[in-house]
Amino acid sequence: MSLDRSDIEKIAHLARMAVDEDRIEGYATDLSNILGLVAQMDDVETDDVTPMAHPLHMAQRLRVDEVTEVDRREAFQAIAPKVESDLYLVPKVIE
Amino acid sequence: MQWETVIGLEVHTQLATKSKIFSGASTAYGAAPNTQACNVDLAFPGVLPVLNREAVNCALKFGVAVGAEIGRRSVFARKNYFYPDLPKGYQISQFELPIVGKGELTVELENGESKVIGITRAHLEEDAGKSLHEDFHGLSGIDLNRAGTPLLEIVSEPDMRSIKEAVAYARKIHQLVVYLGICDGNMQEGSFRVDANLSIRPYGQEAFGTRTELKNINSFRFLERALNYELERQIDVVEGGGRIVQETRLYDADRDETRSMRSKEEANDYRYFPDPDLLPVEIDESLLEQIRDEMPELPGAKLQRFIQEYALGEKEAKALTASRPLADYYEAVVKAGGETKAAANWVTMELGGALNKAGLNLSDSPVSPVQMGGLLVRIADKTISGKIAKQVFEAIWNGEGDADMVIEAKGLKQITDTGAIEPVIDEIIANNPKQVEQFRAGKEKLLGFFVGQVMKATRGKANPEQVNELLLKKLKG
Repeated sequence: MSLDRSDIEKIAHLARMAVDEDRIEGYATDLSNILGLVAQMDDVETDDVTPMAHPLHMAQRLRVDEVTEVDRREAFQAIAPKVESDLYLVPKVIE
Repeated sequence: MQWETVIGLEVHTQLATKSKIFSGASTAYGAAPNTQACNVDLAFPGVLPVLNREAVNCALKFGVAVGAEIGRRSVFARKNYFYPDLPKGYQISQFELPIVGKGELTVELENGESKVIGITRAHLEEDAGKSLHEDFHGLSGIDLNRAGTPLLEIVSEPDMRSIKEAVAYARKIHQLVVYLGICDGNMQEGSFRVDANLSIRPYGQEAFGTRTELKNINSFRFLERALNYELERQIDVVEGGGRIVQETRLYDADRDETRSMRSKEEANDYRYFPDPDLLPVEIDESLLEQIRDEMPELPGAKLQRFIQEYALGEKEAKALTASRPLADYYEAVVKAGGETKAAANWVTMELGGALNKAGLNLSDSPVSPVQMGGLLVRIADKTISGKIAKQVFEAIWNGEGDADMVIEAKGLKQITDTGAIEPVIDEIIANNPKQVEQFRAGKEKLLGFFVGQVMKATRGKANPEQVNELLLKKLKG
């Protein structure tokens, strides 16, 4: 499978990343090569193999339902770019 | 052209846990902004999610209640999108292997029939924070207290064929999750939110039409109105020669209309993949066994038991089992000595009416079930009449103590002593010679007039049966 310029532009947009125009071709080649590497798996019989959800063969440990965190708003907001009325301020996202 | 409506619902229920699904921050509603958002909720570098056991238990309870296949091994996945109320840039949800698989729910319809609605799946996920778009100098304010609150998203099959069915299904899910104690059901606070998928097709056509998704619905009334509006809109578009576009539309309750959310075409490209921070969740048989054992009595079973155990009619029993707190209240009244039928009446009519009038919830009732039971005991043993009982009820409501205290303090005890009633009757007979004459001449319905006079003179305290009896004896004799 090979990716073209528009695929790269779409991936970059989904990741909200700016990509230099003159590097798009290079990314297309690199990413296509990675996909090519994975595509080798197509030659292997995997019908009876359950896909792994995680590389560790363990089950999730569960936490007791208790409130263990205290209010640290002041510390968190001290390093936020912009705060008002106890809220984090961000660029407006709706019209 | 006759159009058939096809509806499927996605219900988001906030689970009634103390702490968040992946962190130890509190989920209590109404706290000051950002005081319940810890470093996990804020997506600080290096933090790791740890799954809340209670959230898993809540999901399993729901799964067992709808007879669903339980995902013995379920997997959390990242749903990737950018929005400021989602600090990680992805929502932890479940995709391929949800914790609750296919199940079903039987819904009773208005016409008395019932219909089985398929449940496709129910999965665990985290809620996002809240964006406030008020005036912050052109910026938006973000409160992340809600971020990480556990949600169970319950997805139905597109099995509903009318708006009424959709509303009945939503109500049934609401009743069930509240009964199970896994969700407080508070719609104003956003604990129970509904997204609806609606499409139309000509009757007889098998293929589904293109659907639109309606979001932002936080009451059953709005659900009905939003669906009505959207149904009309779709019919207008199609009959006008247009084509339905698959899109998400927001319901605006103020204008009673749905509006397209301007969404870019890749908006639904969530690129799900298993979250490497979380291992698969394994549910063993012993946990499931425990969940089944601890399952509370469900609405249908409770309804049948109320009909049998308390000799109630189906309508009364239905009203009383509509919510678990109401059913519990009723049973406590009966336990406190209330006769079952009288208790049903008083709880639904008198108490229900008074709560309604005062705009109170049952949990805020000033009259406790024990007080209500005590009142009913005094009606049953004829200490007070049904009419006086209303007066006593009002006094209990106003905090004047329980029934016996009120009866004593206000001297409301029914007069059953013939010696006390007879002089009153004699006086009334003496004062109304004309009516006595008419009565004796055959105008027997005047008995009511005399009873009324006696009750008035005794301020309602005379025993009506006794008054009747004595009056008849004296008037005829």
